[in-house]
Amino acid sequence: MKKIVILGGGTAGTIMANKLFQTLARDEWQITIVDQDETHIYQPGLLFIPFNIYTCNDVIKPRRDYIPKGVELIVSSIDVIEPDKSRVKLANNRVLSYDYLIIATGTRTRPEETDGLAEAGWYKNIFDFYTIEGACHLQKYLKHWPGGKMVLNIVEMPIKCPVAPLEFLFLADWWFTEQGIRDKVDLTFVTPLPGAFTKPKAAAILGDFLDKKNVHLISEFNTGSVDANRNKIVAFDGTEVDYDLLVTIPTNMGDAVIERSGMGDELNFVPTHKNSLQSKAYENVFVIGDATDLPSSKAGSVAHFQADVLTENIQRAIDGLPLLDGFDGHANCFIESGFGKGMLIDFNYDVEPLPGKYPLPGIGPFSLLQETKANHWGKMMFRWVYWNLLLRGSELPIQAQMNMAGKMR
Amino acid sequence: MPVREIAGVQVDFDAEGFMTNPDQWNEEIAKVLAAEEGISQLTEGHWQVIHFIREDYKEKGQAPTIRRMNKVGNIATKDLYEWFPKGPAKKAARIAGLGKPQGCV
Repeated sequence: MKKIVILGGGTAGTIMANKLFQTLARDEWQITIVDQDETHIYQPGLLFIPFNIYTCNDVIKPRRDYIPKGVELIVSSIDVIEPDKSRVKLANNRVLSYDYLIIATGTRTRPEETDGLAEAGWYKNIFDFYTIEGACHLQKYLKHWPGGKMVLNIVEMPIKCPVAPLEFLFLADWWFTEQGIRDKVDLTFVTPLPGAFTKPKAAAILGDFLDKKNVHLISEFNTGSVDANRNKIVAFDGTEVDYDLLVTIPTNMGDAVIERSGMGDELNFVPTHKNSLQSKAYENVFVIGDATDLPSSKAGSVAHFQADVLTENIQRAIDGLPLLDGFDGHANCFIESGFGKGMLIDFNYDVEPLPGKYPLPGIGPFSLLQETKANHWGKMMFRWVYWNLLLRGSELPIQAQMNMAGKMR
Repeated sequence: MPVREIAGVQVDFDAEGFMTNPDQWNEEIAKVLAAEEGISQLTEGHWQVIHFIREDYKEKGQAPTIRRMNKVGNIATKDLYEWFPKGPAKKAARIAGLGKPQGCV
């Protein structure tokens, strides 16, 4: 039997396990997937937890329920990858050799990278919401918060799901309005970016939304440290911003195993060919999802589009054919904007998010960069799609490559 | 594309004032661009940064982030902000004759 090993059973790894199990000859290929724990978290749902829209239990399911029976799931940490020897050593002392390796180890938040962040104020009046622990702690805290100055701070780019901080602010505006304390809450967004978002057109439109919702924007702020005793975030240039409640998006880094294996860049992301998803250093190693160093968004939709391309390229590699440059950087994100509405953006490496319509057979069209109720329901419906179709590698009526139909320049 | 003559060389710039052809760069141009950024004297520290990011650009095809300057170039963030106040990644890239560092997506 030949062997494919997938490292990481999150969105990208789980989709790949399903797709490869569906496509590869089962009498020739043994597929193994490794993850360090038994629980799969629906990460798009974390955003909703602080505002009591989802409970903590609403976003978790057993990981193994989503791995096909014919795929071996090993629950263990990974000690080191030895790509020169085509093998992986696990913390449980097992050694897995492979013909092809798929790295899907994702990205982590690393609050300890910022002085003072994960210290005196952590989970007291400083919270993250990109982990289930942070989101659930923040939910409890917000229940009794009387109001004050809430600062949302992106420490450093790149981050997973770059629209989530904006969604958080939009939802916060709605939530505090519902609680009857919006007039007692000052919302401030502090970001290292020059504007509200990474791409100019969307940044302008989303920036207007921040204005409309009375969220203050402090841009080009490069967070150097947090002074939890004085409740201030301090930039490298000495500028300070006060907070009563700090919601932080800490530095994102690839998994530590990438560093231990000497396979990453300065943020432990793996150098990857941007269209074929092959590792730049090793021909039989492929990288998918948040673990790559690609200039695409770190988001589930990206992992999903990449999975279509990667499944084909693994098959081509096996058959000795040249790889296809099939991945175009396509990302597609619903943006929850509060009060039961949402927006949608659709973009790739070359085309920034544009306004217009997004056709979707049977359900759409959805409006791009415009607030509608349909976009909100698209977002809420997505949880069902994620568990029942997406993770299982089912065909969705949406193409891996971006399409210009409906978009307006 | 604006073209300016600096130190006897025709230099191409983009709309934001970043050079579009790193090969046109020389140290005299760096001094002029530094002055435009409010840096009147390029010290040894400045040159260390400029040379590192030009080397790194040759290897990677883009100007390095601050974190990369720390980790790969061994240059402390504190020093970067002292030498290139406000936006070290952007300022140093401009003075070194490179394009604007790509904001990540």
